[in-house]
Amino acid sequence: MSTTVEHAHPQLGFARKYIFSTDHKVIAIQYIVTAMFMAVIGGLLSMMMRLQLAWPTPNVRPGILDPIWSLLSNIMPDGIQSGVMLPEFYLSLVTMHGTIMVFFLFTAILTGGFGNFLIPLQIGARDMAFPFLNALSYWIFLLSCIVILAALFVTGGAPLGGWTAYAPLSALPEAGPGQAEGMTLWILAIALFAVSGLMGGLNYVTTLLTMRTKGMSMMRLPLTQWSLFITATLGILAFPVLLAAGILLLFDRTGGTSFFVPGGLVMGQQVLEHTGGHPLLWQHLFWFFGHPEVYIVVLPAMGIASDVLSTFCRKPIFGYRMMVYSMSAIAFLSFVVWGHHMFMSGMSPVLGSIFTLTTLLIAIPSAIKVFNWLGTMWGARIRFVTPMLFALGFVSMFVTGGLSGIFLGTSAADIAMHDTYFVVGHFHLVMAVSPLFAGFAGLYYWFPKMFGRMMNETLGKVHFWLSFVGAYIVFHTMHSLGVVGHLRRIYDPSQYEFLQPIVGMNIVISMAAFVLGAAQVVFLFNFFSSIFWGKKASVNPWNATTLEWELPSPPGHGNFGPELPTVKRWPFDFSVPGAEKDYIMQTESPKETTSG
Amino acid sequence: MADGSGNGRVTAPGVVLGGMLLIVVVISVWLFVSDRYWFPAVASAHGPAIDGLFMDVLIVTGIAFIAVQGLMAYFVFRFGENGDERASHWHENAKVEGTLIAITAVTLTVLVFLGQSVWASIYFSEPPDDAMIVEVTGQQFQWVFRYPGPDGVFGRKDVNMFTETNYIGLDRSDPAGADDIVTLNQMHIVLNRAVRLRLHSTDVIHDFHLPNQRIKQDTVPGMSLEVWFVPTVAGQFEIACAELCGLGHYRMKGFLTVDETEDQFQQWLDEQLEFQTADD
Repeated sequence: MSTTVEHAHPQLGFARKYIFSTDHKVIAIQYIVTAMFMAVIGGLLSMMMRLQLAWPTPNVRPGILDPIWSLLSNIMPDGIQSGVMLPEFYLSLVTMHGTIMVFFLFTAILTGGFGNFLIPLQIGARDMAFPFLNALSYWIFLLSCIVILAALFVTGGAPLGGWTAYAPLSALPEAGPGQAEGMTLWILAIALFAVSGLMGGLNYVTTLLTMRTKGMSMMRLPLTQWSLFITATLGILAFPVLLAAGILLLFDRTGGTSFFVPGGLVMGQQVLEHTGGHPLLWQHLFWFFGHPEVYIVVLPAMGIASDVLSTFCRKPIFGYRMMVYSMSAIAFLSFVVWGHHMFMSGMSPVLGSIFTLTTLLIAIPSAIKVFNWLGTMWGARIRFVTPMLFALGFVSMFVTGGLSGIFLGTSAADIAMHDTYFVVGHFHLVMAVSPLFAGFAGLYYWFPKMFGRMMNETLGKVHFWLSFVGAYIVFHTMHSLGVVGHLRRIYDPSQYEFLQPIVGMNIVISMAAFVLGAAQVVFLFNFFSSIFWGKKASVNPWNATTLEWELPSPPGHGNFGPELPTVKRWPFDFSVPGAEKDYIMQTESPKETTSG
Repeated sequence: MADGSGNGRVTAPGVVLGGMLLIVVVISVWLFVSDRYWFPAVASAHGPAIDGLFMDVLIVTGIAFIAVQGLMAYFVFRFGENGDERASHWHENAKVEGTLIAITAVTLTVLVFLGQSVWASIYFSEPPDDAMIVEVTGQQFQWVFRYPGPDGVFGRKDVNMFTETNYIGLDRSDPAGADDIVTLNQMHIVLNRAVRLRLHSTDVIHDFHLPNQRIKQDTVPGMSLEVWFVPTVAGQFEIACAELCGLGHYRMKGFLTVDETEDQFQQWLDEQLEFQTADD
C-alpha cells in the first residue's frame, strides 16, 4: 500500500512542487499569498480615499501632510495633480478598492485559500477530486488579478462606477474617464474570476460529496467543511449569473446591443444609438449574484469562527445541527433577498414590501448562529490565544454589523439610509471586517499546519488589539455619518451644508483607518518572518480534534500515510467528563466514556 | 474539577476584552442618543414617520446589541481557562433554542408590520388633487426642473432638439411647450401644498435626494417615476444626487426653496417665464 502512495506522488522538481503544483496545499498557499498581495493594494487604495475624505480641499489640509501629497502627486501624476486629487481618480479608488476586496481578497482567500487547504485534510482525502482543475482555477484567478490591476494603468484609468457597475454608466464608454478601456478590463477580470470560481466550486462540492473518508458522515464534518460545502454550492449557482451579465454588458459596450441601455439617451447633445434596453435588468442580474456573493464571503467566515471558538472554549459547539440548518437556510434565502439593494431603484414598491419580508426572514438564521456562539462561550474555559481573539472579534463585529442591516432591510427606513455611510458602515462590518477577522483567526490557527512553524503570539496580540479598536472606530462610527446623511461615493462632502456636522468625525475615522492599516503591516511582518524563523510547531499545537492535527506539520504530498484515517466521532468532543484529556481526536474509538 | 463543575477564572485578557466590549456599548449608546449626530431637521409631512420607524428599529436592535455584546463581555470575563479545570460539556438545548427563535421571529414580524405601514403610507397612497406637478430631470451633472406653465400642460420633448441651453430637448414650437418653465438646479414649491415629482434622466442613473424632506428616488433613463410629498417647513434646502453618476457626482447639487405663500411662488414662476421668453 505504501509503495502505491509513493508511486502516486513521486519526487517532483522545484517548479512542479511549488509553482505548477497540483497539490491542494500548495495551491491553497498560492491563493492566500496572492490574495494578501491584492489586499495590500486594495488597502492602500482605501488609505488614499480616507486621506481625501478627511481633508477634501487643500485649504483645510494640515501642512504636515504636504510631503505625502507631493509624494502621491509624483507617483500618480494622472490622478493627483499639484497636490489635488481629481474626482474621477477618487471614484476609481472607490471602484477598485471594492472590487479587489470583495472578489480578489475575501472570495479568493476564504474559499480558494482555506477551502483548498482544509477540505482534503479535514475530510480525510489525499487531494481534491480534480487536482488539475484546481490548479487551473488558481492560474485563471491569477490572470484575473493581473487583468484587474491592468485597469489602473490604461488611458483614462480604472472605472469610476463602483464595484456594482450600474448600467448605463458602465455600458457607455463616453460616460466618463475610466469607462472606456478601464471598464472593459474590469468586465474581463470579473468574467475570468467567475470562471475560476466555478471551477473551484465544482471541485469542492465533488470532493466533499465523494471523497470523505470512512466514518466521516456529513453530520461529523467540522463546521468549516459545512460552510465551504454550502458556499461552493452558492458559487456554482451564482457565478454563472455574473458571468452572463458581464458578457451582456460587454456586448452592449462593443457589440451594439442594448440589453441595459434604453433609447433616447443624450450625451454631450449627441443622441446615442442604443434602444430598447432596461437599466434595472443589470441591477437584478448583478444583485441576484451579488447577494449570494455576500454569503459566499460570510459563510466560510462563520464556519472557521465556529470551529476556532469551540476549540479555544474547550467546549463543544452549541447546537451543531441548528448551525448546519441555519447555514443552509441562509444559503437558500440569499437567493430571494436581492431586491433589498433596490428599494429606491424605481422597482415596484410592491416588490419592496416582499423583499423586506424575505430580508427580515434571513435575519432569523443569522440570529440563531449568534445565539449558538454565545451558548458555546457559556461555561467555557477560554484560552485567549491570537486565533481565539480574532474569532471573538468576529462575533462582536458580525453582531454590530448584522443589527444595522435590519434598518436597511426595512424598506421605509432605508429611504433615509440608502446610499449613505450607514450602508458603508453596515456592509464593512458584516462582510469585510467580520470575514477579515475570521480569516485572521484561520490564518493564525492553521499557520502551523501550513508552514510547520508558529506565528509570534505577542505580535499577533498587538495586531488584534489595534485591528479591533481601529475597525470599531472606523466602521461603527460610519453609521452615525449615515444618520446625518453623509452620502457614499462622494468625493467632497464639504460641498453640502447639511454635512457640516460630520467634518470632525471624518477626520477621526481617517486617523483610525491609518492605524488600522498600519496594524496590518505588523501582521504581514509576523506572517512572512514566521515562515522562516517561527518557533517549530508540534503536530497538534492547539489540542484540537480534527484530522489535520494528526498529520505532520506541514503534511506531505498525499496528506495521509499508507492508510486513510477512519473517523469514529464528531469533531467537538472537548471536555468530555471522565475522559483522559480535555479533547478527543475524531479518530479515537468510543471506549468506556463517550458523549452524544 | 475535571468534570466541568469548576468556576473558571477571571483572566487578564478576559478583563480587557470584556471591558472593550462594554466601552463599545457605551460609545454606541452615546452616538445614537446624543443629538449631535442625528438626522437633518425634518421638513415634510411623511418625514416624521420615517424618523419614528428608525427610532423603533433603533430601540429593538439597541436592546439586542446591548444584550448580546454585554453577555459576550460577561462570558469572556467570567470563563477564562483555569489550569486543568474542564469546561462544561453540554451542546444542545432544544427548549432554549426554540424560545430564542420564537422571540426573534415575533420581534422581526412586528418590525415588518411597522415598516410596511410606513412604506404603504408613502408609496401606496394617492396625492391630493391640488398637488402641483414638477418634472425633474437628472443629467451629468445638474438637475433640470420643468413646470407646465399657465396652461398646466407639459410640452413635447424631442431628443434631437438638445442644445447647450435646451437641456431636455423641449419643443418650444409646440403650443403646450411655449409656456413651460425650465430652471437649472433651482426648484420652488409652496409650503403645505403637495408636490408630485415626475423623475427622468437623460443619460445615466441619478438619484433625486432631498435630505430634509426624506425623499430619495433614483431617476432612471427610460423610466418615468413619480413620488409625492408635502413640504411642512418654508425656507431654502439642499438637493443632492445620491446615486453615483460619474466624475461630477459630488457637485450635482441643487437648491429647493419652499415658499411661504402661493403668491411668492407665482411671482417666482412669472419671473422665470419672463426671463425665459426674453432669452428666446
